[in-house]
Amino acid sequence: MSSAATTAAQSTTSAQSAAGAAPDADAGGHATLGGVTLQAAPTGTATSGSGGVPPEDGSARVATDYSAFRVVAAKHPWRWVGTAFVALGVLAVAWSLATNPRWEWGVVAQWFTAQSVIAGLLETLKLTAISGILGFVLGFILALMRLSASPLLVSVSWTFSWIFRSTPLLVQMLLWYNLGYLYEKISLGIPFTDVRFFEVQTTTLISQFAAAVLGLTLNQAAYSAEIIRGGILSVDQGQLEAAAALGIPAWRRSTRIVLPQAMRAILPTAFNEIIGLVKGTSIVYVLAYSELFYTVQVIYNRTQQVLPLLLVATLWYVVITSVLSVFQYYIERHYSKGAVRNLPLTPLQKARKFFATHAVANNARNAR
Amino acid sequence: MSTATAIAEAPASTAATRGLVEITKVHKSFGATEVLKGVSLTVEPGGVAVIVGPSGSGKSTLLRTINHLEKVDGGYISIDGKLVGYEVRGQKLHELREKEILKQRTEIGMVFQNFNLFPHLTALENVAEAPVVAQGRSKEEARRRGLELLDRVGLKDRAGAYPRQLSGGQQQRVAIARALALDPKILLFDEPTSALDPELVNEVLDVIRELAKSGTTLIIVTHEMGFARDVADTVVFMDQGQIVEQGTPEQIFTNPQEPRTRSFFSKVLEPAFNI
Repeated sequence: MSSAATTAAQSTTSAQSAAGAAPDADAGGHATLGGVTLQAAPTGTATSGSGGVPPEDGSARVATDYSAFRVVAAKHPWRWVGTAFVALGVLAVAWSLATNPRWEWGVVAQWFTAQSVIAGLLETLKLTAISGILGFVLGFILALMRLSASPLLVSVSWTFSWIFRSTPLLVQMLLWYNLGYLYEKISLGIPFTDVRFFEVQTTTLISQFAAAVLGLTLNQAAYSAEIIRGGILSVDQGQLEAAAALGIPAWRRSTRIVLPQAMRAILPTAFNEIIGLVKGTSIVYVLAYSELFYTVQVIYNRTQQVLPLLLVATLWYVVITSVLSVFQYYIERHYSKGAVRNLPLTPLQKARKFFATHAVANNARNAR
Repeated sequence: MSTATAIAEAPASTAATRGLVEITKVHKSFGATEVLKGVSLTVEPGGVAVIVGPSGSGKSTLLRTINHLEKVDGGYISIDGKLVGYEVRGQKLHELREKEILKQRTEIGMVFQNFNLFPHLTALENVAEAPVVAQGRSKEEARRRGLELLDRVGLKDRAGAYPRQLSGGQQQRVAIARALALDPKILLFDEPTSALDPELVNEVLDVIRELAKSGTTLIIVTHEMGFARDVADTVVFMDQGQIVEQGTPEQIFTNPQEPRTRSFFSKVLEPAFNI
């Protein structure tokens, strides 16, 4: 038998013929394999050689009909061990959360829907919505500028993203709020002349709210410009060419042909950004702007219940993010039209189908 | 103009009154490589010209200059006597603006090697998009005409399918219907079967054969020599950016005059014709 293995080491053809000649050769071959394992490659050929046996072999054997055999599913004992282990861990965490009195769930419940907290929550939502929408609109314009043929537009867009991505948001925020220190008045007129159409004190124009929106929007625009640009670049050039060959106008080419296809690449990252922005709004506490995070800070400074109040804010952030994730799922699904052969069922549809088929099965059983 | 007359008149009016393509001494370079070196070619209205030649000979580039997807560096192209991409004013050629170029393109349909269907639109939406936004037809009319065209390429029952749900051959037939939707004078085919599995090639070629009889001018770049012989009025052999030889399929395939043509066909034809 070891001779068969050595021949195999010499050439593949001989390995096949050797293994193919006698069916019992590979049965014995396994025994000697241990001795040949040092020669990694030849062992491989020897096994693949014996793997190639069936065609020649099958003709000699009588074909067995397996159609009546029962299929036994493969067993995965370690998967069960792993599952049990993780379940135990989850249970332990849940137990400690529920039973450790220092979490002070009572305090959390008391403040969760308090009027001041809800007011702060609404401010957070307002900031997120306004700077999210404005940020993405401005980002879209910046992305188009960056992709345009004009070198000036390209460099302006690039510089914008460069500046706002390389300075800390905190600094930007304080800078906007203290703009009055740098420029006492803001005016609109013809540059380098004395003509002024309107003039206003900077401090009256830049309120806490304006500084917050300005800072968040411009920062968001710099990031979303890159996300949208990436999405547009991911669309095949042939699509634009086909649209141009059909005489479809440029604006329509962007909105009807390119953007819907780019959305698939844009959406996951865009929702990352929006969810980041929800929590990112908490940075405006430096302006003493009473959004959710600043509100709970004010409360725990008074009551000293620091952890429970931070939990209140956290839970609200979790709620907002969860709602956004549901939106994300359905919007992404909408834009995957045509990109996948068949859309997968939504969780709701799956549930409905589950109950429908089971109801049918039950009815059928009852009828019998 | 009512829809009924538009449809009825489309095949009739194409017969020999429109679709004359004249290409005169066209040059085109990409960087330092000159891909078209003074190409001149005339295709009569309703004619079927098939361009063959080795890869990199400039066939596809020539095709793309006809609808101004590539701008020429020298020479000019005219369709029914009107220059493509330029306007004559006095002694000067003024470059047309985007809007006017788009209008010219609606008279020239193009079918691509990789179909380039819009994947997020259904077959019918693909076909009905351009007539509405480029020609200002009503949505209802474009839809009705789109269904007719899908019927003509044998895909009426797949009108609601997205491109990825269709086979390659079906996608290319939708792409042909999409090009036809603008009632073009001229149809350009850029290797329409090169991306298809062998068994799907014929369903596309059959549709093109039908079109060849309709009176629309066709200019086809292809590697399917049997098809070229079958469908062409004129076969054009290109090599290294120049037209080496042109003539009827008989002349070019059985009795080529130029050594370069002969050597090309000796490589391409023999296996196919020996079968």
